[in-house]
Amino acid sequence: MVRILASGDTALVVEFGETIDRVINDRVLALADRIEKAAIPGVVEQVPTFRSLMVHYDPEVMLFAELAERVRGFLSGLTAKAHVARLWVLPTCYGGDLGPDLGEVAAATGLAPDEVVRMHAAETYHVYVVGFLPGWPYMGDLPEKLALPRRENPRVKVPMGAVCIAQRMTGIYPLESPGGWHLLGRTPVRMFDKRRSKPVLLTPGDSVRHEPITRAEYERLEALAERGELDVRPQGAMQ
Amino acid sequence: MTATLKVIQPGLSTTVQDLGRTGGQRFGIPVSGAADTIALRAANVVVGNAQGMAGLEIVLMGPVLEVVAEGVRVAVAGGSASLEITSANGEPLRVPGLQSVRLVRGERLRVGAIAGSAVAYLAIEGGLDLPPFQRSLSTYVRGAFGGFDGRALVEGDLLPLRQPEADERTELRLPGLELSPQSRIRVVLGPQDDYFTPEAIATFLGSEYTVSREADRMGIRLDGPKLTHAKGYNIVSDGIAPGAIQVPGNGLPIILLADRQSTGGYPKIATVISVDLPALGRASPGAKLMFDAVTVEVAQALRREFGVRMQALAATLIAVRADGFDLARLMSGNLVSGVIDAQDEALMLAL
Repeated sequence: MVRILASGDTALVVEFGETIDRVINDRVLALADRIEKAAIPGVVEQVPTFRSLMVHYDPEVMLFAELAERVRGFLSGLTAKAHVARLWVLPTCYGGDLGPDLGEVAAATGLAPDEVVRMHAAETYHVYVVGFLPGWPYMGDLPEKLALPRRENPRVKVPMGAVCIAQRMTGIYPLESPGGWHLLGRTPVRMFDKRRSKPVLLTPGDSVRHEPITRAEYERLEALAERGELDVRPQGAMQ
Repeated sequence: MTATLKVIQPGLSTTVQDLGRTGGQRFGIPVSGAADTIALRAANVVVGNAQGMAGLEIVLMGPVLEVVAEGVRVAVAGGSASLEITSANGEPLRVPGLQSVRLVRGERLRVGAIAGSAVAYLAIEGGLDLPPFQRSLSTYVRGAFGGFDGRALVEGDLLPLRQPEADERTELRLPGLELSPQSRIRVVLGPQDDYFTPEAIATFLGSEYTVSREADRMGIRLDGPKLTHAKGYNIVSDGIAPGAIQVPGNGLPIILLADRQSTGGYPKIATVISVDLPALGRASPGAKLMFDAVTVEVAQALRREFGVRMQALAATLIAVRADGFDLARLMSGNLVSGVIDAQDEALMLAL
C-alpha cells in the first residue's frame, strides 16, 4: 500500500514500504524518473531513499493536494527501472592499517580474512541511496554471512575512502567523519571531490564492484587521486 | 586593485550564506543557506541587492571588517544588531540594523555582540566575488565547500567584492520588520506521527521545550518531556524535510535545520512550517518553545501570504532623512527626537 504523506508544507513523501528491498527501491527510482520527466512546476528536487521518495517543492507554485494528485497518477504500472545501470569497478586495498577491522570481522563471522575479502569483492552491489554525507553510497546487499551490527564503540574519525560494512550494507566514507561501521579496506577513488564538475561519483541505481589491489598500487592511485588526476569512469553497463 | 573587505576579527562563526543549494540532496549534499532567511533578504533589500544574494551570516558575536575599496555599501539585519563604524580618523558612528551606509577606504565596521537573535546578516551592495559551488555560495563547513574556501572566516581573510565602488546615493532603511525569535512554532504533524503514542503527540503539543546547548546550523536538540515511540525508534532511512522534528531513542526531539543531512533514520513526529523556520534560526540555547499543529493547507496559505510580503519588501523602503552619515551621527549623540518625528522614532526602536 503506497502512502503519500506531507512532511511540512514544502516536501511530500511517497512511502512504498518500511523495509530495505530491491524491488521497492527500484519502484522508488522509477517514480523519481517519471516525476523528473514530467517536469512538474514547483518541484525543486527529489530524494529517493530505500523505500520512499521525498519530493521537495515550492508551495507558492504547487499545493500539496495538487502535487499528491499528480504523483498518484504516476503510481499505476510502476515497474522496475527500465534503464541500464552504470557499473563502477573500484580498486580497493583490503586489510592492514587501511582495513583495521578485517581481523575482527573474520573472527566474528568465523571466516578467514582472505575469505571475507573474497566474498566482499565477489558481489556486485546496488546503490540504494546516496545520503548521510555528500557522496556516501548505501550499497547492498552484503552477503548474509558478512552481516554484523555496527561497532559498539563508533570511531571519532574514519578516514576518507574507508570501505566499510554494517548489517546487510556496504559503504565508502566520502569525507573524514565519525563512524560506526566496520572498516575492511580503502579505495583511492573519491566518492566526493569538489574539484570535479560532478562532485559526487555515484547515483542511486548505479552498480558497484570492489577490485582488490596491492598496497603499492593503492599508494600509486592515491597519489593520482590526491592531485585530482585519477580518472574513474563506469567500466561498462549491466542490466 | 581588487576591492575587498579585510577580516580584522572574524567573530564567533561568520560564514557566507545565501538561500541555499538545491538539487544536491539526492547526492547527500545538504541545502545549507541562511538560518534566518528573512533577515538575509531584508539586509539585501536595504543595499539594493536581489533578496537571495549571499551575505555574511554572523552568529552571536560579529566580525570587525576593514574597507579596502573606494566605497562599499552595507547593511546589517538580525535581532537588534547594529553597525559600529570607525572612520580612518577614529571617529565612531553607529548605524542601526536594516539601514544602509556607505563606507570608504580605511573605515572599519564592527557588528559586535548580537542581542535579540542568534544570527544576523551583513549584506554588501553588489555581493561577494566568490566562485559558486553547485550554483550556490552557501558555506557547508562540514564538507569544506561553498562560500569562502568552505569555512568560517579567519583573521586576515580578504573578501573580494563584485562591485569595485558603491556610488553615493540616499541611504535607505526598512522600517517595521520584526526579526526577533518567537516562542510559538507551528508544525504539520508527520510524516511518521503514527510511530508515536497518542499521549506522546499530546505531550509534544502541550509542553514547553527548551533549546539545549546542542544547537547549530544542522539542528536544535530540545530539552523537555520525553516522547514515547509506539513502534520503535529505528526506521529505514528516508528523506528529511527542512524543519523535520525527529525523535531518537532517548525521546527528546531534534529539529533539523539548514545544514541537516538529506536522509535519516529516526521517526519524525512533525515538521515545522516554512514560514516559522527563520524564527528557529534566531533561537539561542535556553529559549523556550511550544508547538502548535496546523494543517498543511493552512501552512501553505501562510506561505503564500509570506511570499507576497517578501515580494513587497522593497516597496516599504524609506529614505534616511538628511544625509545617512549625519542621521546616524545624530542618533549616536542622542539627538534623535529633534530630527525624527515620534512615529519614526517608535519604528526605529522597534527594530
